[in-house]
Amino acid sequence: MPPGATPEPPDRPTALTGSRLRRSLQLMGRGMAASPRTYVLAVLASALFGAATVAVSRAVGWATDTVVVPAVAGDTAARGRIGEAGLVLAAVAATLAFSVWGRRVWAGWGYVNVGARHRRRLASAYLRLPMSWHRAHPAGQLLAHASSDVEAATGVFNPLPFALGVLVMIAVATVMLLLTDPWLALAALVVIPLTIVANIVFQRYMTPAVTRAQQLRGEVADVAHESFEAALLVKSLGTAGREEERFARSTDALRAANVRVGTVRALFDPVIDLLPNLGTLLVLAVGAWRASTGAVGPGDVVTAGYLLTVMAVPVRAFGWVLGELPRGLVGYERIARVVDQRAALEPGTQRLPQGEGGLAVRLEGVGLDVPGATSQDAGRQVTLLDDVTLDVAPGSTVAVVGTTGAGKTTLVSLLSRLSDPSRGRVLLDGVDARSLAAGELPAQVALVTQATFVFEDTVRGNVTLAEPGDTTFSDEEVWEALRVARLDEVVRALPEGLDAPLGERGANLSGGQRQRLAVARALVRRPRLLVLDDATSAVDPRVEQEILRGFEHSASTTVVMVAYRMSSVALADTVVHLAGGRVVDVGTHEELLARDPGYRDIATAYEVETRRRERAAADALDDEAAREAAEQDAEADEEAVS
Amino acid sequence: MSESARIASASSLGVMATLRRGVQISPQIVQGIGWTLALAVLAAAGRVVVPLAVQGTVDDGILAEGGPDAGRVATMVGLAAGALVLAGLCSALVNVRLVQRTEAGLATLRVRAFRHVHDLATLTQSTERRGALVSRVTTDVDTISLFVQWGGIMLLVSSLQILVATALMAVYSWQLTLVVWACFVPLYLVLRFGQRHVNAAFTRVRERVGSMLAAISEAVVGAETVRAYGVGARTGRRIDAAIEDARGSQGRAMRLVATTFSSGTLISNLALAAVVVVGAHLGVGGALTAGQVVAFLFLVQLFTGPVQMATEILNELQNAVAGWRRVLAVVETPVEVADAEDAVTSPRGPAQVSLRGVRFAYPGGPEVLHGVDLDLPAQSKVAVVGQTGSGKTTVAKLVARLMDPTAGEVLLDGTDLRAVSLASLRERVVLVPQEGFLFDGTVLQNAAYGLRDLESLGGAQDPRVRERVAGAFEVLGLTDWVDDLGQGLDTPVGQRGEALSAGERQLVAIARAYLAEPDLLVLDEATSAVDPATEVRIARALDSLTTGRTTITIAHRLSTAEASDLVVVVDAGHVVELGSHEELARAGGVYARMHASWVAQTR
Repeated sequence: MPPGATPEPPDRPTALTGSRLRRSLQLMGRGMAASPRTYVLAVLASALFGAATVAVSRAVGWATDTVVVPAVAGDTAARGRIGEAGLVLAAVAATLAFSVWGRRVWAGWGYVNVGARHRRRLASAYLRLPMSWHRAHPAGQLLAHASSDVEAATGVFNPLPFALGVLVMIAVATVMLLLTDPWLALAALVVIPLTIVANIVFQRYMTPAVTRAQQLRGEVADVAHESFEAALLVKSLGTAGREEERFARSTDALRAANVRVGTVRALFDPVIDLLPNLGTLLVLAVGAWRASTGAVGPGDVVTAGYLLTVMAVPVRAFGWVLGELPRGLVGYERIARVVDQRAALEPGTQRLPQGEGGLAVRLEGVGLDVPGATSQDAGRQVTLLDDVTLDVAPGSTVAVVGTTGAGKTTLVSLLSRLSDPSRGRVLLDGVDARSLAAGELPAQVALVTQATFVFEDTVRGNVTLAEPGDTTFSDEEVWEALRVARLDEVVRALPEGLDAPLGERGANLSGGQRQRLAVARALVRRPRLLVLDDATSAVDPRVEQEILRGFEHSASTTVVMVAYRMSSVALADTVVHLAGGRVVDVGTHEELLARDPGYRDIATAYEVETRRRERAAADALDDEAAREAAEQDAEADEEAVS
Repeated sequence: MSESARIASASSLGVMATLRRGVQISPQIVQGIGWTLALAVLAAAGRVVVPLAVQGTVDDGILAEGGPDAGRVATMVGLAAGALVLAGLCSALVNVRLVQRTEAGLATLRVRAFRHVHDLATLTQSTERRGALVSRVTTDVDTISLFVQWGGIMLLVSSLQILVATALMAVYSWQLTLVVWACFVPLYLVLRFGQRHVNAAFTRVRERVGSMLAAISEAVVGAETVRAYGVGARTGRRIDAAIEDARGSQGRAMRLVATTFSSGTLISNLALAAVVVVGAHLGVGGALTAGQVVAFLFLVQLFTGPVQMATEILNELQNAVAGWRRVLAVVETPVEVADAEDAVTSPRGPAQVSLRGVRFAYPGGPEVLHGVDLDLPAQSKVAVVGQTGSGKTTVAKLVARLMDPTAGEVLLDGTDLRAVSLASLRERVVLVPQEGFLFDGTVLQNAAYGLRDLESLGGAQDPRVRERVAGAFEVLGLTDWVDDLGQGLDTPVGQRGEALSAGERQLVAIARAYLAEPDLLVLDEATSAVDPATEVRIARALDSLTTGRTTITIAHRLSTAEASDLVVVVDAGHVVELGSHEELARAGGVYARMHASWVAQTR
């Protein structure tokens, strides 16, 4: 997959199928198939390494037999060849070193390629999957997929080319042994089934241990992520001790799981180490017997034994591959579960009519149910919206008013198709939002949410959300949007102006500044429908007024806003009163004030409260006066008594 | 304070210093190291004994004069197998011991670093990405853990094997031993030079991987914005660029590692060539027999094997050290808002707050408070009002000691906050920030988080806790709202509380702060996203409850100011007006104008 591929689900499932062996082979095969050139080079280098390893021992043997021993014995011709022997050995050494270099570099590149591919796929799944999916999956877990699960899934690719290259070496050795003597070959090859058996036993213990460790690793990341996000709360309540205990608990569970993994591995590693060595000893024992019967020459036994000794280390590469496989499968499967998720708000094919004026919005019997969020009531549905029917005329401004928790955010988020209604339709210029082609909605609808998300990018990048160099929005347009959102002066004061970088999540902006940035982000695209979800709660009331007044007489933008400030609500052509997910009443501010008591409670809350307080203050004054009078009377009485 | 402490991307300690400091923080790692080493010596000896036994078997058994001696071979093979099994057992034991001790030590390190992040000043915390902080206590520690599990034992055994092989070589020929060691001098130099680069490369890898994870986190945390603006493709490209960046840095590190490692291979085999040449000359000169030269050649291979293995492990060690440095960098970051050595416990009771000549500037920024003097009486309701950017939130943060003033002092009951122990300060003063952060859990669990005695009550499941939480919502007039939630107090709030609206999160946050029973409650726009009717209800409830408690409210909505005992008007970093709502409203100044415009907005 080239970088920048569009987020689409993979054509065929990423998940591995079949027996463990089959899945293991698939895991390795797919990884290598993704960067074939690198892996061909890596395996070739590894095979060269195998050949060069044998060559080194052959060269040492040759130098010993034909140069060193005769030279020491007094052969002058041999003495003259000492330098030559040195050069031959040096040449073989250089070949070996080159093969090692090549194997390492290409195997390393293959390894990082596989990891990068997993991460691209995960990121593209995160971008593709709908909000409902995101809400059901903790951020920490999703980030753990991209870090520790990818590491687990790719671990096997480091030793893999080595092991495959060594395969060539083993094949050659097997043929040589078979040609020498079948019994000797049998003795040498008995190691292989033993290794497989050891591995099966190993996998049986290792897989559950690794699964648990990976899962706990995700949990530790989750706890840390949540706790660090809550840093301000933790500080202000002074609960760092409690957080420490919570983190220590999950860390300790991970520690125990890691120890379990390490222990299984600690016991398996020496066994894998042991087997080739035992194989060598077996070859010597069997070889001695075969040689004593005269079936083979002593030299053949020495060669066979030597071959196994030389192969002991490279064969360990198999051990490494086998050792990494359980972890690799677990990590891969955790990734595949995300990548193969198909739940998505599939875009349609229709386009919105290109109009100059604002969009017409119509909601027809819209209802939205979500599954209960906890596992114990998975079957239960919670109704967030029910039977909402609403008409918003093009270019008009509509305020959605209701108490906290009435479903206002849920309602307006349907207009940007962050989710689809369970019942009914959302029509934009008469077109069902579900049938719109990808990109149509964001081109004409801008949503400003309660919490502003700031990208780690410059001010300009955060406003335009365009590629660097993309000139869809000119600097003038960006400044104009910033000016309307009243953020221009803040930006002008930054040394780099529009190019000033905003830290992660805009940490260097205040809450109100972040909201104004989000407003500028919406305004710059001159949307035909602007949805403000209590987007200006942290913004100065005057600024909010100015922003909204800009749309008051503009027919080119329809505005749907969730608002609490009555001055803002009063600017709306129509007010929708929402309660418990249902529309209670629709009309102008004055109409609702007159006929809708629930609305009146919200709209006049401050006024009523001020009056109540003034009354209470007056009563208190009266009370005090009365009390004072009573006290005076009492004193007078006491004096009278005395 | 012109510059707040930043969390360095990595500690500047050298390799040995890093290991020393690491062990200091995680002392468990070296617990029982004596036994572990003793076992490792046995394991290493086993590794040397076996090839020697093989060589012996070949020489004395198979190539014995008068034909192969099967009986002798069987005996020697049996002995070697025994040694092999014993060495394997020792290896297993060493592995288990190392894993247990290291994991215990690393768990300590994780918790220590985690706690330190929370102890850091708020300003320091915000200099580093949250995602990157998480990786310090997760993947960076994992790197160390992986190294110890795979590399630690090998490094130990290889080093011992090198010693044993050197001793054996010296027995045969000290001259050739010198030749071998001389060959490894250039390798040592290459490694010294190379490792600095390898080190830098791995530090870079970790940084790039950190940035990459931060980029991926934008797709997760910013999911809503990405969808609303249809910028999935752009975000994807940014992530892909970060992934490519990380991949590039990894590739470069791999190449460096390959170069240093293959130079180890090269030199090992060149040493073999040198021994052949020098050995042959020595033999010709009569200093050695041919048999000694041959035997020596065999020993050289026993020596070079572990040297190459050690080179390899040293590279991985660099990776682990890079991870270790990043974790240590967190622990080393100075805590700027910390307990003084002689910090006092501030006794519970009505809280009186004073500011004396308080000035404040954010790191690298202009001064935002220019000498504020204030006296806020105990048990009073104070409203701090002002335009955006006037400095009113800064006042709130200083009173809660989220940061210290650049000049002047903040006094709680006459004691400088810097002299009060943080534990007792946090118990008395609670700040409710605008963004009511909720943990992934139920409404009940989140509100109960405020209870000081939550642990002693047995956690949020305890019926007494439920009763108190329900009581708090009732007092705050929020029972109706709770009942309207799908599952009442047991309604899950989702991660970061996102299953609730911003206003609902604030309601839970208020209940949580209420349950913490502070003497001084600082509300920083804590009800900004709540509807007016609910806000008024909460304000009224808080009014009746704050008897005996001091409340400082930072608010845009002046309904709060109307209800307060004292209004503080902040403008451009100065307190410009101070008095009761009635006085200030009549005075015709800044406040009167603000209030008039507020009234106009709400009617």
